Amino acid sequence: MALSLVISGLDAGYGAVKALRGVSLNVRGGETVALLGTNGNGKSTLMKCIAGLVRPQQGSISLDIDGTTHDLARLSAEDIVDLGVAMVPEGRRLFPRLTVLENLMLGAFRKAARRNIDENLKLAFATFPVLKERQSQLAGTMSGGQQQMLAIARALMSSPRLLLVDEPSVGLSPLLVSQTITKIGELNQKLGLTVLMAEQNFNQAIRIASRGYIIVHGEIVVAAKSVDELKGNDIVKRLYLGGAA
Amino acid sequence: MKRSNIAFWVGAAVFLVAIFVMTQVVGNQYPFFAGYVILQFIALAVAWSILGGYAGYVNFGTSAFFGVGVYTAVFLTKAFEAPLLVQIVTAAVIGALMGFALGLLTLRMQGIFFSIATIALTIIIETTVMNWRFVGGAAGIQIARPPATPPFDNYVQMLFFVQALLVVLAVAISRYIQNSWIGRGLQALKDDELAAECTGVPTLRLKLLACVISGALLCAIGAPSAMYLQFANPDSAFNLNYSVSTLAMSLIGGTSHWSGPIIGAILLGTTQQLLTVTISSEVNVLVLGIMLVLFVVGAPEGIIGLVRKLRGNRKEGGT
Repeated sequence: MALSLVISGLDAGYGAVKALRGVSLNVRGGETVALLGTNGNGKSTLMKCIAGLVRPQQGSISLDIDGTTHDLARLSAEDIVDLGVAMVPEGRRLFPRLTVLENLMLGAFRKAARRNIDENLKLAFATFPVLKERQSQLAGTMSGGQQQMLAIARALMSSPRLLLVDEPSVGLSPLLVSQTITKIGELNQKLGLTVLMAEQNFNQAIRIASRGYIIVHGEIVVAAKSVDELKGNDIVKRLYLGGAA
Repeated sequence: MKRSNIAFWVGAAVFLVAIFVMTQVVGNQYPFFAGYVILQFIALAVAWSILGGYAGYVNFGTSAFFGVGVYTAVFLTKAFEAPLLVQIVTAAVIGALMGFALGLLTLRMQGIFFSIATIALTIIIETTVMNWRFVGGAAGIQIARPPATPPFDNYVQMLFFVQALLVVLAVAISRYIQNSWIGRGLQALKDDELAAECTGVPTLRLKLLACVISGALLCAIGAPSAMYLQFANPDSAFNLNYSVSTLAMSLIGGTSHWSGPIIGAILLGTTQQLLTVTISSEVNVLVLGIMLVLFVVGAPEGIIGLVRKLRGNRKEGGT
């Protein structure tokens, strides 16, 4: 399965506020790429641009699938889901008053996804067994870690090829952060999903990422080809690893 | 699923037969006058709930749609002496177009902003009709009823049956939506609009669809009212009372199931009719207000929610 996401010269913002300036980034099929940055630097805006939730002001987002190129900057959010791009939004954003099962079913809202609904449900339950036990519980009454699992499982229901995960660590205890990140790594390893993950927890993110970008004030300041390169970078040392060591 | 479908349509048929038999047997006209209003509110509440309940977009424009339905009928009667069926169908088409236009202009706004925009709609249309001489302007217009079509020997009885048909139509559509992917999508966007977009729910398109269907029904339900009252004026056709009553009935009944608005409308509609006869029509509004406050505080999910909660508790208690 040939897949690649190429973003170039992307500008986006909200009214007069510019959140992204000239962002270029690419993800190749089968990779796990980390988008690192602290709060308010534009990670979520970039993820939302890819998912079609925020319209970029300039630049292009092209998704190449088996030789066909799609310009995501012009497609609606639902068309992008149809192309196999699924987003796990920041803060999970479940449907709190619906049950676990109903949440999962909504993940397969698109016609194309409804065909594989049984298969995907089995896969979601196999990946997150706790969801099977709690399928008739209201999503809003589950713990943070379970909610994060449900959010990821809901994204799996649309048969994605590219998974966008926005800050999976938000609001979770360190142990749960570690478990969640491990799960995302497994999705990449076992299912061959391509993953772009926005995260501020540097040490957790690089456990599963093959390479990464660092975004500061809406601009990509580091594009590292490997995790080692990231670790050795001066900006990383200053921002994440403490001091100029 | 299939069995419940059969049960539903059998229920609907029994309801219509009962209404029909009533028009043939009962001689006293009062039950039809009062019953018409109750049926009208059932249909309005069910139609309103498609957008206001399932999607959670609270529409204060019921009176705008209702009034446009009334005046569509007035115009068609005066200009062409069009039959009742033509009046209703035309009103539905105009209501659909109105819903589409309103949706395009306002559904990008979320929550309370949408509601405020719909109030403006009533005022704009009412002012326009008030200045339209052909349909009577601010003074209103008298309309003469044509003779009733057999087997009905009285026009009010016929309108009573027609309104019952509209109730069944509205309920059938609402029920279909609830059980389809449209309903699931609306429920999702009501819960969390951004999350719905993430999962590929075409939120704007679904909201538009709900607005069009709801608008078409609200308008169609208003159309027979011109013949029922034999008189129309902007003040009563666009009365904000329609918006408030409809909303209250839906919310009191509960909007998470298609039967909620029916229960709410029967309860409130009957109470209002009884109060109008026994005390005064102004007490209606007071009772409406009190009931709305009680329900918002005590049972925010309406009667349907209350029943589910009690059942749920019992289940937990049993195990």
